[in-house]
Amino acid sequence: MTMTQKILAAHSSLERVTPGQLIEARLDMVLGNDITAPVAIDEFERAGLSVFSKDKIALVMDHFTPNKDIKAAQQCKQVREFADKHKIVNFFDVGEMGIEHALLPEKGLVKAGDCIIGADSHTCTYGALGAFSTGVGSTDMAAGMGTGKAWFKVPAALKINLTGKPNKNISGKDLILHIIGKIGVDGALYKSMEFMGDGVSALSMDDRLCVANMAIEAGAKNGIFTVDEKTIKFMNEAGAKNYTIFEADKDAEYESEITVDLSQLKHTVSFPHLPDNTKTIDEITTPIKIDQVVIGSCTNGRYEDMLVAAAVLKGNKVAKGLRCIIIPATQKVYLDCVTNGLAEIFIKAGAIITTPTCGPCLGGHSGVLAQDERAVATTNRNFVGRMGHTSSEVYLASPYIAAKVALTANLERF
Amino acid sequence: MKIKGPVLKYGDNIDTDVIIPARYLNTHAPEELKLHCMEDIDPDFIKKVKPGTIMVGGKNFGCGSSREHAPIAIKASGISCVIAESFARIFYRNAVNIGLPIIESSQAASFIQEGDTVEIDFENGKVKCNEREFDVVPFPPFIQKIIKAGGLMEQLTVDS
Repeated sequence: MTMTQKILAAHSSLERVTPGQLIEARLDMVLGNDITAPVAIDEFERAGLSVFSKDKIALVMDHFTPNKDIKAAQQCKQVREFADKHKIVNFFDVGEMGIEHALLPEKGLVKAGDCIIGADSHTCTYGALGAFSTGVGSTDMAAGMGTGKAWFKVPAALKINLTGKPNKNISGKDLILHIIGKIGVDGALYKSMEFMGDGVSALSMDDRLCVANMAIEAGAKNGIFTVDEKTIKFMNEAGAKNYTIFEADKDAEYESEITVDLSQLKHTVSFPHLPDNTKTIDEITTPIKIDQVVIGSCTNGRYEDMLVAAAVLKGNKVAKGLRCIIIPATQKVYLDCVTNGLAEIFIKAGAIITTPTCGPCLGGHSGVLAQDERAVATTNRNFVGRMGHTSSEVYLASPYIAAKVALTANLERF
Repeated sequence: MKIKGPVLKYGDNIDTDVIIPARYLNTHAPEELKLHCMEDIDPDFIKKVKPGTIMVGGKNFGCGSSREHAPIAIKASGISCVIAESFARIFYRNAVNIGLPIIESSQAASFIQEGDTVEIDFENGKVKCNEREFDVVPFPPFIQKIIKAGGLMEQLTVDS
């Protein structure tokens, strides 16, 4: 069995599972946010359920917060009242919250060996820690909150064998955009993406979280990394307890396999309007005028991303006519930016720093694009209208590329 | 169950951001959501859709976000079934869970064109269009049970 299959088998008390098998698995964490939880709460209350656990449910107010309008405020209020009524331990409101997929690993609430569902497609992020973690809808979340279980079809696997070490300033974002460009937005549909090989150890935890985060952009059910010393150090520092390390069997079956030599990766950008529409930076023939840069999100709003952006922006100025919006993903990342002088670098460069929020990534608030505007963003999706007007465009890139573009207002070869 | 209706056809990779743009997710009321369904790729969708209209898509229908608002908006707009070459997995689950009928058939989805009239016989797994009949693979029994109950929450209530 693969890592994913072993975790699923363990959580459904089965010795063995095979791809295509339908199982019911016990859940270690059920997650929702201010957009998806209200729908789940309505369903939950309609069915008259009670929560299966007070501390295995996480509710994070991150999408339209700080409340962008009255309707968004109502939705948060509904979740707040629900959390209060059911004494939900892991309810994160403004002041404590961060972008959910940066926050939960940081707080040690998700860990190796866990089986996790979240009513947010980027819940697959936690696979970076060696967990089975997948996005579901609100009804699954409601049922999960009530029963502590969810049904799954055991996925077949795509093996991604990583070798070598990435060159300077090449990051996890370049890796995952490269893979999506290669296999397509449905290249891993219904499958698990199993990242393994010697190259894993060359990737930081922030890189791995970024890679697993975008497994969904290839259609995958989940992305998962082998666990190594870096994973264990990360979990220990986050205070995660009772993790279980699963390893794939030597004879595990993979439906297909690709190998990526990290040393051959180049800076990669996804052009509008699909994440698989990738070009390496040296393939860009004509400079593209950019109006806004966004550095943040559940994909690239972690401290390492902030450090990369700060190194580029230090002592420089954001180009006239370009707005540079930097969004540390959690309160901790934000505070580290302030304490360690990054905030000063950003402000002196002419960028803004906002409180943690998903905000512009999904065209919600705090950086929505006008007609025909273009953004380079470290986010995860560049669909039509994703960041604002239907004629606006989003180019997905790493924090390094995004910060470089902020200085010239051009996306170009360098 | 048998249904018959006119077709609205869309392409590959219809994502949940175009099915229901995130700017409208400050509500989850079906009647409000349906007003903005598909508006970023088909601003007239809500004028064109009639009760019973069948939506046809290409590959990877419903990719992107996990927002259940997407199948909710489609269902509330009056669409009786979505036929696609393939579905993104979260959309597939969500549609089953809220009781929006969906059919995965690459042959039917590529044959059927905008403006056609399609007949679907769910029990016998048949899709009929312009004298052509397509056999579709029925859902596994586990999912049929959810659909029969009217959705996942209804099934939970039945089971408990």
